[in-house]
Amino acid sequence: MGIKILETCTGCSVCIDACPFSAISLCNEKAEIDLNTCTLCGACVEVCPVEAIQMDKQEALITSEKPFSNGIWVFGEQRHGRLAGVVIELIGEGLKLKEKLNEPLSVVLVGYNTDKLVEELQHYGLDSIYVIDDPLLEEFQDEPYAECLEKIVKELKPSIILAGATTIGRSFMSRVAAKIRTGLTADCTGLNITDEGLLEQTRPAFGGNIMATIICRNYRPQMATVRPKVMKPATRRDSLSGEIIRIKHEFSRENIHTDFKSFVAEIMDTVNITEADIIVSGGRGIGCPENFKVIEELAREIGAAVGASRAAVDAGWIPYSHQVGQTGKTVCPKLYIACGISGAIQHLAGMSSSDVIVAINKDPDAPIFNVATIGIVGDLFQVVPALVKELKRCRS
Amino acid sequence: MHIIVPIKQVPDPESGAATIDPETGTLRREGASIVNPFDMNAIEEALRIKERIPDVTTTVITMGPPQADKALRLALAMGIDNAYLICDAAFAGSDTWATGYSLSSAIRYIGNFDLVICGKQAIDGDTAQVGPGIAAMLGIPHISSVRKIEEIGNDKIVVERLMEDGYDVLSMDIPCLITVVKEINEPRLESLKGKLRAKKAEIPTLKADDLNLSRDDIGQNGSPTKVIRIFTPPKREGGEILKGEVEEVVPALAQKLLELKIF
Repeated sequence: MGIKILETCTGCSVCIDACPFSAISLCNEKAEIDLNTCTLCGACVEVCPVEAIQMDKQEALITSEKPFSNGIWVFGEQRHGRLAGVVIELIGEGLKLKEKLNEPLSVVLVGYNTDKLVEELQHYGLDSIYVIDDPLLEEFQDEPYAECLEKIVKELKPSIILAGATTIGRSFMSRVAAKIRTGLTADCTGLNITDEGLLEQTRPAFGGNIMATIICRNYRPQMATVRPKVMKPATRRDSLSGEIIRIKHEFSRENIHTDFKSFVAEIMDTVNITEADIIVSGGRGIGCPENFKVIEELAREIGAAVGASRAAVDAGWIPYSHQVGQTGKTVCPKLYIACGISGAIQHLAGMSSSDVIVAINKDPDAPIFNVATIGIVGDLFQVVPALVKELKRCRS
Repeated sequence: MHIIVPIKQVPDPESGAATIDPETGTLRREGASIVNPFDMNAIEEALRIKERIPDVTTTVITMGPPQADKALRLALAMGIDNAYLICDAAFAGSDTWATGYSLSSAIRYIGNFDLVICGKQAIDGDTAQVGPGIAAMLGIPHISSVRKIEEIGNDKIVVERLMEDGYDVLSMDIPCLITVVKEINEPRLESLKGKLRAKKAEIPTLKADDLNLSRDDIGQNGSPTKVIRIFTPPKREGGEILKGEVEEVVPALAQKLLELKIF
């Protein structure tokens, strides 16, 4: 097993307080580690004053020559001829990391007929743009996407790869990381470079109640998916930069076991909630599907996407794709307006990192008011239409 | 057809949130455990396929402490045929890579699988990485975020994949893996007969040595990533409550919103 307590333990219990997972207890005046709870994080090893805790050190896979140091890559997610908004955010973050790490920043663009997107990407101060353009890559399928990223990672050896924590990013990046055998940290909300040059990745867990900072010391590349709307987008420049490097990849048909058939657009409004700057959400207080019109009107007035709580989705008032929360989508808009939503833990987990939260609810004790920047205790069917009218009046 | 459903036991968010003890800085996980909600949808979908086409066997597996056996028994009570508990101190500290590796090894060990169904993600870790990782390690294709199985036969499956802007329809060769979202179905309750059967069922335990796993590939040793710090995010404070009649509060709210200059 990876960790043990030596006979020299004095039972001082410093390690018990240091263990983040409450895995150590005192037994016969010696520390004892519950191996089912221990995650081998090593916190106890560091604090033990008599060096009585021993942990097997993992053999470093990375040798001193640093084989993976060919830059920071951003996966250039695109769909239906449009770059995902998170790509520009990742470039913004990548430019910051680049300054600390002193390695080039590139975007890897995978798709078909991508010339326009390549041209657009040249406005963001990149060092290079890798392009794999093939009819087979027109629609997202995990196997071909993973196959070409895996291939160029092995050839070009970047030290860091970032992708959006979107349906696409989360799905095929996991495949790539599994194949390469390296670490992938999901849905990060903070990135930093340590003094040693490692990527520190901070992410929420347990529905946002806990934040964890994660590193990948011995494997490369260091891979992370990053939550959309958290990082500041890069500024578009007039000047062009970035060497365009086209990579030809021969797919063999027998390695592809999926076949794309069709796409069906289903969102009631045109903005998808994970990329929206403003979201107006309705909950149980909406009462019936028709009443969502009230929410939609406000959304239209301020250019917002329409969200919903689990209660509204489970009641069948609005499709699941609008659900915000632990079993729906996590969103991080600039403004979140919750109408008739009580604020169950599972909903708060999906929206409490929004910049500004407005809550409109009849019940003054609704937990949503504990996280709301501005709260109104009142009937949403009076407040929301009046707000639409007032906004129209003020803006005309 | 043999369907394998990997599931996870997670803390019930309704029974108290995970918190960090302010004095000791340690993680407190109080309250009850439940089967991860998305995994309930995975179990249900396996059962529906069994009802839809002939000759289907269903198996549920979980990696966890001995008490995770409870999650397996719930699946059996719902109607799943077989269960395995993958339990060994050597698995402690697994990240998503090591978890995917251990689960894929268990699936190989059980053998003869055609379809693996996972929940999209666990609500405690929230990574959505283990399902696709298992597929990659088994060398089979996968499709994530499946909201509907349109067709299923012995060598092909046609599914709808939920995307941010609608859904994609794709077909995929079997053997393969899908991860499912909650829209796919409404999980059934346990039946009384199922409960009795589940209570009596013998659940085999698979240890690392049963799966022939090297200690270098599992648990903390096999995990590329390492948690170096955990902390409580700054607590969000409730702000201002606007009180009064609609005629008073609405103009005040409108003013505040316009001052944000977001729209």
